[in-house]
Amino acid sequence: MPQYLLSVWHDEDYEPDFSTPDAQRQVAQVGAFNDQLHSSGAWLFAGGLQPASSATVVRSTGGEVSMTDGPYAETKEQMGGFWVIQAPDMDAALQLGSRAAAACERPVEVRPLQG
Amino acid sequence: MTDSLEAVFRREAGRCTATLIRLLGDIDLAEEAVAEAFTIATEQWPVRGIPPNPGAWITTTARNRAIDRLRREATRTDRHHAAHRLHSDDMEPDHNPEVADLDAFVDVVADDQLRLMFLCCHPALAADSQVALTLRLLGGLETAEIARAFLVPETTMAQRIVRAKRKLHDNHATYRIPRAAELPDRLAAVLGAIYLIYTEGHTATTGRSLTRTDLSTEAIRIGRVLATLMPDEPEAMGLLALMLLTEARRPARVDSLGLMVRLTDQDRSLWTRALIQEGHDLVRACLRRNQPGPFQLQAAIAAVHADSPSAEATDWSQIVALYDQLYAIRPNPVVALNRAVAVGFLEGPAVGLDALARVDLDGYQPYHAAQADLLARAGRTDEALAAYTRAIELTSNPAEREFLERQRENIADSEL
Repeated sequence: MPQYLLSVWHDEDYEPDFSTPDAQRQVAQVGAFNDQLHSSGAWLFAGGLQPASSATVVRSTGGEVSMTDGPYAETKEQMGGFWVIQAPDMDAALQLGSRAAAACERPVEVRPLQG
Repeated sequence: MTDSLEAVFRREAGRCTATLIRLLGDIDLAEEAVAEAFTIATEQWPVRGIPPNPGAWITTTARNRAIDRLRREATRTDRHHAAHRLHSDDMEPDHNPEVADLDAFVDVVADDQLRLMFLCCHPALAADSQVALTLRLLGGLETAEIARAFLVPETTMAQRIVRAKRKLHDNHATYRIPRAAELPDRLAAVLGAIYLIYTEGHTATTGRSLTRTDLSTEAIRIGRVLATLMPDEPEAMGLLALMLLTEARRPARVDSLGLMVRLTDQDRSLWTRALIQEGHDLVRACLRRNQPGPFQLQAAIAAVHADSPSAEATDWSQIVALYDQLYAIRPNPVVALNRAVAVGFLEGPAVGLDALARVDLDGYQPYHAAQADLLARAGRTDEALAAYTRAIELTSNPAEREFLERQRENIADSEL
């Protein structure tokens, strides 16, 4: 079955604070969505990410390894979490994507995996 | 002979491509197969005559050619997969539509055309990609023709079409008619793309860009197919009616010098009566269903104009009422602008200007043109001149520019 990456995007300076009512509501919604993914068999893998500031970019050029502090893309928006799901087709994947967006109350990018 | 072959191609290309995509499970393979079948037709038909059901002939020939090709190239696994699909589909390769149940064949083909419309206008594609794919696959237009019509380089258009097809392919898009729950949104996307094709051709009516008026003809043709395929969708009928009623005015939109003429100044004897009649019948038929939507309401407004023997006799109260209804379901500033213009005719320019004051469309040329006209009629000449200047700055269409400059000169002269 085709597989898709559903990635969640927010501002680069976003710091998760789970004590706020908004965050608690979103956590509950995402939990319910995850349960749906499990019971429908669409679930493959998912995870929330630490803030983009915690990232390190590692490059290997001719055996030389170099490291840069911070995320790869210098953009205002960064990926904050993701699901990898399986769905029969594009419309099914987009439907799961829109449920994901509603659950976490943020834009979600739906992108097919190769193969 | 060449003419009728061209006519058959225009009529059948989209239908045949639609069916071949289902049979082959691949857009590119389907396009190649249909093109090949038309090449064979170009050789055979002038000698043997056009077959009784040219569409079925093209479809059968394209399918047989595709099977041959797939067998030859079956070493490539993806093509082998397509070849397998071809045989396992509900339409058997040996099925000959010319002798078998033609009615069933026609039903399947109709569904294929709808599938293709919904695929081309998938909301995951950008509007310009939807339009390009629709014209390429359903309209059977060459990429170069579409590029000319949209005034972009052919390579740009080719890339747009390739990317859109690739996106559908990579995302595993399914070739199907949307389910009832999805239908309103999906149909709105199809209607929007067809109307975009229409307006693209309509805005450019200057007599200098004839290729663009072909877009309007093509949009009407596709709109007609959609209205026939979805007889229970009043908005599909409303869109067709709107395009026909707008198209009816085309002969009067440009004067003998090629300059644009406003609706209220048009010579109504030039309007195409047959299109008005057809548009009217459609408006009446869809309004009877009492499920008003934006296209039906816009068509109803166009019908009121078409009904009126002169600009002075226009039933502006009816038009304002229809704009109120339209604004209730589509509260956007362009509707508010058009409503303000109608109010200006119904209750005078001062009231029209009041209505316009609540519209926020500073970067939009028609806003300033409408404001200029209302100001001129209210006797506020200096402000009207400034508004025309702003409108002229914002237009990129040469016919529109000439029209606005002439309007500005007229009021400047009347000032002297």
